[in-house]
Amino acid sequence: MSADHAHALPAGVRPPTYSHFEDLAQQEESEKLGMWAFLITEVMFFGALFTAYTVYRNLYPEAFMLASSHLNPTIGGANTLVLIVSSLTMALAIRAAQTAKYRQVVWLTVATMIFGATFLVVKYFEYMEKYDHGLFPGPTMFRGEQFGEHAGGARIFFSIYFAMTGLHAFHMIVGLGIMTWVLIKARKRYFTPERYLALENVGLYWHFVDLVWIFLFPMLYLLGAHVHGIEH
Amino acid sequence: MASNTDHGAAHGGGHHILPIGIYWGVFTALVVGTILTVVTARVDLGHMNVVVALVIACVKALLVILFFMHVKYSSKMVWLFASAGFFWFLLMIAFTMQDFVSRSW
Repeated sequence: MSADHAHALPAGVRPPTYSHFEDLAQQEESEKLGMWAFLITEVMFFGALFTAYTVYRNLYPEAFMLASSHLNPTIGGANTLVLIVSSLTMALAIRAAQTAKYRQVVWLTVATMIFGATFLVVKYFEYMEKYDHGLFPGPTMFRGEQFGEHAGGARIFFSIYFAMTGLHAFHMIVGLGIMTWVLIKARKRYFTPERYLALENVGLYWHFVDLVWIFLFPMLYLLGAHVHGIEH
Repeated sequence: MASNTDHGAAHGGGHHILPIGIYWGVFTALVVGTILTVVTARVDLGHMNVVVALVIACVKALLVILFFMHVKYSSKMVWLFASAGFFWFLLMIAFTMQDFVSRSW
């Protein structure tokens, strides 16, 4: 068993402190703040799309309601739960590193990746279905006859739907790439109670992507849920 | 080897290890929130549908930020960074919508 611990830092040994920091605490605080600064740019990135959504929903409320009812709330809700579970396993992976449970870090990382991948697979089938039903907002792909006078607004809804969920899915794919790195490092017991800040920062990214979806789900899937008699 | 015992305090809570129950509690709240979102969306509340959906989403987001992202146990600087992003976002929505909403007045 002792060979398993070969790559873990011995108790009390800390990662190197770079010369421009006063001590390790200041260095780690800076690394964390750097991650938050990146997340602020992410808020701005998604924020522009959220603003576009708000403006167009305000301009075309009926069309958004009709178009939204073409999305399946059961599938969207199930996918929301999948993402929440992946956030839990991510948070627990960091806690496992904090408490030196190295095997747990590995399998919780794998679990997080599996749930993330599940989300993307479900999203793929949702996209395909929308494409087949002529709801993809391309120049020739969008057939909006079922929306009648609301076809224009519905087309904008689906443009925003694909842009926002697409950007979100892209972040998930990037996240899976980063998690692959985490997995390789975790298998070598790189993340220890003394050195887990990189894992914590990956966690911040993963939770942020989850945050975006927490808002996307009700905004996109549930607008028409209370209107009875809408054809699915 | 006693150096492990004091570093939590030395890092100003940066290495705070939360009880595992907090993670499960937040997870349960997030699941309940998701179910509540779907249930309330099926009831016709008029203009209140939007408000209810956003309030639930904001509570869920706050739970993720405070506990999963450890902001509750982070330094004031992290608090400032985290709130700055969302404050900027609210400014953008508010200033854009004061134009769009008032155009028909």
